[in-house]
Formats: sequence, C-alpha cells, structure tokens
Amino acid sequence: MPFIPHTADDVRDMLATLGAPDIEALFEEIPPHLRVQELDAIGRGLSEFEVMQLMRARARADGTPLCFLGAGAYEHHIPAAVWSTITRGEFYSAYTPYQAEASQGTLQTIYEFQSMMASLTGMEVSNASLYDGASALAEACLMAVRANRRARGTHIRIARSVHPHYRQVALTTAAGQGLTFEELPFDRASGRTLLPDGAGGTRDAGSAHGAGDISAVVIQQPNFFGVLEDVDAVTDWAHASGALLVAVVNPISLGVLKPPGEWGAAGADIVVGEGQPLGCPLSSGGPYFGFMTTRLQHVRQMPGRIVGRTVDLEGRPGFTLTLQAREQHIRRARATSNICTNQGLLMMAGTVYLALMGAQGLERVAQISRARTAQLVRALTAIPGVRRAFSAPLFHEAALMLDRPVAAVLRALAARGIVGGLDLSTLYPQLGAALLICATETKTSQDIRRYAAALDEVLRAPPAAGDAP
Amino acid sequence: MIARAREPLIFEHSRPGRAARAQWPAASAEDERSAEHIPPALLRRRPAALPELSELDVVRHYTRLSQLNFSIDTHFYPLGSCTMKYNPKACNAAALLPEFLARHPLSPPELSQGFLACVYELQEMLKAITGMRGVALSPLAGAHGEFAGVAMIRAYHRSRGDPTRNEILVPQAAHGTNPATATMCGCVAREIPVDADGDVDLSALRAALGPRTAGIMLTNPSTLGVFERRIEEVARLVHAAGGLLYYDGANLNAILGKVRPGDMGFDVMHVNLHKTFSTPHGGGGPGAGPVGVAQRLLPFLPLPIVGRDGGPASAEGGGESESDDRGESDDRGEGQSVRYRWLDERDLPQSIGRLAGFGGNAGVLLRAYVYLRLLGREGLQRVAEFATLNANYLSARLQQVGYDAAYPRRRASHEFILTLRRQAQELGVTAMDVAKRLLDLGFHAPTTYFPLLISECLLIEPTETESKETLDAFVTAMTRILQEAREDPERLQRAPYTLPVRRLDDVHAARELDLAYRERRPQESSDAAAS
Repeated sequence: MPFIPHTADDVRDMLATLGAPDIEALFEEIPPHLRVQELDAIGRGLSEFEVMQLMRARARADGTPLCFLGAGAYEHHIPAAVWSTITRGEFYSAYTPYQAEASQGTLQTIYEFQSMMASLTGMEVSNASLYDGASALAEACLMAVRANRRARGTHIRIARSVHPHYRQVALTTAAGQGLTFEELPFDRASGRTLLPDGAGGTRDAGSAHGAGDISAVVIQQPNFFGVLEDVDAVTDWAHASGALLVAVVNPISLGVLKPPGEWGAAGADIVVGEGQPLGCPLSSGGPYFGFMTTRLQHVRQMPGRIVGRTVDLEGRPGFTLTLQAREQHIRRARATSNICTNQGLLMMAGTVYLALMGAQGLERVAQISRARTAQLVRALTAIPGVRRAFSAPLFHEAALMLDRPVAAVLRALAARGIVGGLDLSTLYPQLGAALLICATETKTSQDIRRYAAALDEVLRAPPAAGDAP
Repeated sequence: MIARAREPLIFEHSRPGRAARAQWPAASAEDERSAEHIPPALLRRRPAALPELSELDVVRHYTRLSQLNFSIDTHFYPLGSCTMKYNPKACNAAALLPEFLARHPLSPPELSQGFLACVYELQEMLKAITGMRGVALSPLAGAHGEFAGVAMIRAYHRSRGDPTRNEILVPQAAHGTNPATATMCGCVAREIPVDADGDVDLSALRAALGPRTAGIMLTNPSTLGVFERRIEEVARLVHAAGGLLYYDGANLNAILGKVRPGDMGFDVMHVNLHKTFSTPHGGGGPGAGPVGVAQRLLPFLPLPIVGRDGGPASAEGGGESESDDRGESDDRGEGQSVRYRWLDERDLPQSIGRLAGFGGNAGVLLRAYVYLRLLGREGLQRVAEFATLNANYLSARLQQVGYDAAYPRRRASHEFILTLRRQAQELGVTAMDVAKRLLDLGFHAPTTYFPLLISECLLIEPTETESKETLDAFVTAMTRILQEAREDPERLQRAPYTLPVRRLDDVHAARELDLAYRERRPQESSDAAAS
C-alpha cells in the first residue's frame, strides 16, 4: 500500500483495541447514501519508476528553449548550494513554526531574511513572505488604507507602468473592501509615469480625486517596460498629496538602484515585490515568494508572519513568531489579512541566495544583466523594422516596436526554439506592435547573436496578408 | 534528537572581504562597455548590509540551523488540522526536473504542452475527488482559495441582482482563516454555535439565516474532529434561505474517496494540496489552494485555468480518463489531436479575476499530480481509511491511559481532541505544558488551544503514514507525561529542557520588538531615526 506502513497484524490489533469489526465500521457516521460509488477518473496507481518515466516524457516535450522573456519572472543563475540546503528534510518537511522551541532553524532563518530584506530595501521591518509579488501588492494596498489615517477615502493611484497582472490582482483582492483604483498614465516617449502636477512631464487629465483623498500611490521600479522611473519625484508628489508611497521593486535591481527607503525626501512607506529572482527557478510561475517591508511605525498594520528575537526562561536568545495579534488565528474576523500559509521554503531560498551573493555579488548580477540587455537591444534594433519603444534609461528589460504584429513573430521564433519575449499589444493596445524583452546574466553574447539572427530571418519574410501593424 | 547548540546569526559569521566568488557571474569585456548610463540620483549610495561569506560558511550555517528543526522526515508530527503526512520524495524529484524548472510562466502554449497536460489532468482528478464541476488551480494557499471561494459567492449573488447578501456564517470552531476571509471579501462573519456532540446547532442556524445570508463556511469533518451528521439538513436550510455552502478543504484527508463535498451539497470549496495531497509544508509554505465549484459558480472561477481543445468531448465531473492505465501511450496520443491552453477573460468574462501573478504554485501542483498518480484510485481510498484507523486507535489508547476525549461519544475522524481541563484544575498542568514536554520526548506537539471552544485542548492528527509502533511510542510518552503531572507538575511547567532553547518569552518578543539584525555602526542609527 503506497505510503501506508500497516501490516495485516497491525490492522487486526488496532481494530481489536477499538472493538470494530473492520475499517469500514469507522465510517458509520457518514450517511450511507452519500458514500462515493466510483472514482473512475482516477487510474490505477503507478510505480515510482512509471511515474518518473511519464514525468520525464512530459518535461522533455516542452524542451529547454532559449528564453528572453522576463515580465515579472527572471532567469538567474541559482547557486547549487541554495536548493541542496533548503530541500533538506528538516526545512522542507517542517510546518509553520508555531512550536518555537522545536523550530529555531526556520525561525532564525526568517529573522535573517527579515534583516536582509529590510537592509536591501532601506526599510526597518519585513514580514516572513507573502504568496507572490502580485498578491503582496494587493496586501500593500489594503495595508496602506489601514495605515494612512490622514487620507479620507480608500482610493489608490497606481501607475499604468506597474505589471498589468499585479494591477489585476490588486483589483480582484481589494475590490471587496471597497478600494478604488485610478491609473497614472505613462509618457509615450520616455516610458516614465506622468504626474498630475507636471512633476514628471505633462499634465494628467483631471482626476475625480484630489489631495487628501488618496490613500496610496503605487509605482514600480524598474517599471514593467524596464524603464527607470523618476522615483524621487513620484514619492515627493505622493507625500505632498497626503498619500503613502507603495514601491514595487525587483530585489536584484537593488544591488545597484537606490533603495525605496531613500526615495524622495522621506522615502517609500511600504515596499513589496517578487522574490523569485533571488534563488527561485522560473518553474512555470511558482512557487515564488512575495516580500514586504515597511517602517516600524506601520508594523502593526502589516499582514503575514513576523519573527522576533526574544529570550528563553534562562535569558538566552531565541526566536519566535511575534505580533500574532494581527493574524487570523488570533484576531479572526479583525485580522490584518486572512493569510496563513505563506511561501516559507522560497523565502529560505532567497535568504541562502543573498547570503551567498552578498552585496557585491548582487551588484554584479544586476550590472551584468543590465549590460546583456543593452547588448540585446543593440543587436535587435540593428535589424530593419525594429526600434526602441521608449527613450528613458533601462534596467534589464526593454520594450521594442516591430513593423508587424508581434504574435506571429513570436510563433515563428518559438518554432526556432526561442521564447522571444512578451507581446505587449494585448496588455497595452495603445502601444501597437510592441515586444517586451529581457536578458539576464544567463544570456551569453552567443545567445544574443542567435536571437538576433533568428529575428532577422523572421522579419525578412514579408508580413503575411493582413499583418500590417 | 535535534542539535542543541545555538548557532550564531549569519551576520556574525561575516568577515569583510570574504566572498563566494564562484557563484558570481563572470563579466565579459563587452559587458564593461555596454551598460547604459543611470542617472546618479537613482543609484544606491551604500551597499546593503548583507553578510560576506564563503560557500562553506553558508552551507554549514544553514545545515546547522536545519538541525534545530523538528520535521516530518525526522519526527512524528501529529499537528491537528495540518495533515503532516509523509511527503514522497518522487514528487519532489519530478517537480524539479530541469525542463519544468526552466519553463517561463508566460511561455507560449506550443512549448508548454507537457506541463499543461499534467495541470489539466490534475484539475480533472480534483473534480472527480471532490464532486465539483470545475476546478481552478491558481490560488496559492488554503486561505487564498477561501478568498476566491467567498469572492465567487459574492459575484454569484451580485449577478442575480442580489448584492446585499454579505453575511458569511461560520461555526464557532472554524479555522481563523474563515472569518478573516469573510472580512477580506467585504462580508460580515457571523458565528454559529455547535451542540454538545459537536454538530452544528440547527436552531441557531435557522435563526441566523435570512435575506442577508451570502453563505456558510464549513469543514466536514469539522475542526472538532467529528463528521457533521446533519450536513444534508444544513445544506437544505442554507440553500432554502438563498445562501451557498463553502467547504473548507483542510480536513479532506478524512473523507478522501469516501464521500465528496459536491455530494454533501457544497457549492464551492478549496483543497489544501499541502495537506491532503502531501506536498511539503516547507516550514510555512508553499501551499496551493485550488478551488472547486458546482455548476452555478462555473462562470466565476478565478483565472487562469487550463483548457483543452480537441480530444474526447469534455465530460464534466472528470468522467474522462485519458491519462489512466495507459502509461506513456497517452502522451503520444495527445500530441496528435489535443491541445492545452490557458483560458482567460475571453473564455470566462464573468470570472472574479486574477489572484496570482501567474498560473499558480506550479511546482506544488506537479508534486500533487505525481502523488495522485502514485496512489491511484485504491491508494486514494486507503488514505482516508488508515488516517481514520490511526486517529481512532490513538484516541482509544490515550483514553485508556487516563486522558479525556472532548467528544467521547463520537467516532473520531482523521483527528481528535483531548481536553486537559481536569488536569489543569487538579494539577495545574496545561495543554501547553504537555505540548512542551512532548518536545523533550522527541515528538512534535499536537495543535494546542484550537479550537478555542474546548478548554485546554490538544488537537491530534496522526495521519495514515505513521506506523502502529510510532503511535504506541507516542502513547508511552503521553503516559509518562501524565505520571509526571501527578508527581512533579513543575517539571512540566518548565519544559522543554532538551531543545536548543528553553521556553521562550512571547511577551518580551512583542514588547521589545527586535525584528531585524542591525550591526552597531554609528551611521546606522540615522536610518532608524529617519522614520
């Protein structure tokens, strides 16, 4: 019996202890007519060998194409020590550390993670992870409304250059509590966010919400197009409007870029992001981990687990879950969030990754990724019909304009074993035939040449009928 | 036994100038020339305070930390309501196949058919197991699934022009996530009492139902470790009042292959893959909380979902079985005519929307898929049988040695509750004392002080993967603890003794907040003051 150790003797002895004739008798309280009659959709059990054969075949079917797609999930080298450490059974098969004395390994790792993330983002406190970057932003919006007692409403201004999925998740999650969202447009030439008072460019069309109504302003750095935003101006504008500033950041970029805690005169108030670039494989979209850091003054409004250092009854240091009165298992309907299980193991991958890379290693990953993207942009824009979509400085992604619909180009590249990027025309129809590309330190100059040659070949073919942009 | 030595913080191992350089990327000559200029105002001025270490430093530190943990791989972990069963290693090995790890979540469907086939078949299997008509896999944990479920209930009422229904009923003993989810969805949670035998109080339920009722959230078996016997009557009453029934899948292990939430009258539910389907808990996640819905909620499922074009006509409820019994041949067959793709807003315009950045915790979904393929139909039914046998056996043995069951007249499901009310009154020994002493004796503690309505309770869930010897050893430990409680209660009150730390001061932790390491450098203090 798979994963069930009972011998026939065990079963007989156990039933005798219970005075039950058979195991079936233990289900006597379930009304008989409700009992399952058949489970035909489930096949026979396979052996481990058979399952692995099946899974290897399925995995092989998808191959390992050359991938120039980012858009919120980034391929970085993951040091071998990361996953060999965190998949140790003692980490992998432990539960949420409710019994602190039996969970010091997990708890101390979370404390170290919190310390690293606070420093990386320039904030004071971090939680122990949320589900992913998108849900972390949704939680940040809800938190900002709770934390901003100056604002009268429940209104959020969110840059259109924030990841479209993140904006959708924020809307799905926060709509039930009556939060409303309004977008800040971006400048078509530079790709940077426009502010209503002209601080970042031209004037935004009139908003129904004036200063004092806005709970939070959300901005992403680098933004969804890879463009570097003028974060100081946005932060100062948000604060002048009585809003909190919620920053969405890529943690790798913080090896080079100014931490949100130092944006503008007063710094960001809540920082969230996708932790995946820190030691987590692309893995079809998850598991990843969302992170959130903030100022100490807002810590009681923060969702999720938080670990604190304390002392035991002999006065020696130890770690425990703290500020649990915010959480659902204590506060129930009045909790800051319903989150319970988070992304512990991935948070751990991020911690080991940061410990291995250090500040210098992280800076190198960021700089080389930036350089490879610049090389990729140069190689691709040398092809006739390809140009940059935006003029502002980039991090490690870029939006390009093509002379024909992007979808067909991506299909042709896929047939050549290349995942050529993301078609922006469905997410941002106003951009036209725009393609989002990314290169990290994992893309060599040879990879970049291969992509450029393939795109050149694809674009040399005349556009199919009806394919004019 | 776990290690006892305290391990310094990773920051305390750090030495200026040390590094794991082999892990850093190598820059090419071209890289030096090619990066674009970044305005200085956007640059980091001071490096982050990350430690400087060799690879060995890092590996040894985290290996030592791991040795301070209890885990399923090392200890019996009878944590009630958490289903800490063995996590088969093949599930992990399959999910970590390099092609799965390298696949970008937005990869085109033509490069994703292998992955999508697994996920589609998982959806179909979960439909069959739960008796639901549609399944979406994207919620990232149980509470995330609850959110999706209650959001769908609200969307359903709104679509019928009935938007004022905003009350979610929850039994007194419900998981904290249930009322918290109601609030998060903009609803009001209303608690319903249970009767002396642990069933929902039907007269209280009748009184609470009304035109504001959006729905009720239940686990069955309940958090009291007993099967809700009048579930059909509950369903009839709630439906008659215009409400829907939500099934909290936390306790699904107890009824796997025996009875299906869909057949009990539930309209919507989540499944905790990290409980019932044995994906690892990872010290607090990742989980996965797929949601299943009955016919009337199909239009509202969260996105994305994997759809299939071609192949046999889609039988609802998972009646098809193209992947069964045929081993590898099904893969060749699929390649010809069947095509999987992500469904989006165009397919499901009434969807509650997107809940996650991408399609869900794919690695967790793959592990659950492999687990289900390993178990098969018969293995699945044996899960509930042996989980129930183990729980009833352990409950009977512990009552024999002098512990009190909270519901002695009821059959235990996959878990049961002991109450130490008597020991607390007579000996001054609490459930927490027993829990901490168990750690000394090499067992992870059961869940303590949940459900809140049973005083001094231990919620014990042995799971089906534990042997009779392990259960007997646990009984021996519990017998010794009861003896100590009578002879030397103070010994229990000051436990544990053999762990890396003694009992920790939670009050101190909350009063003297120390949430991040700060190296004592003069320039650091200005950071703290800035807020």
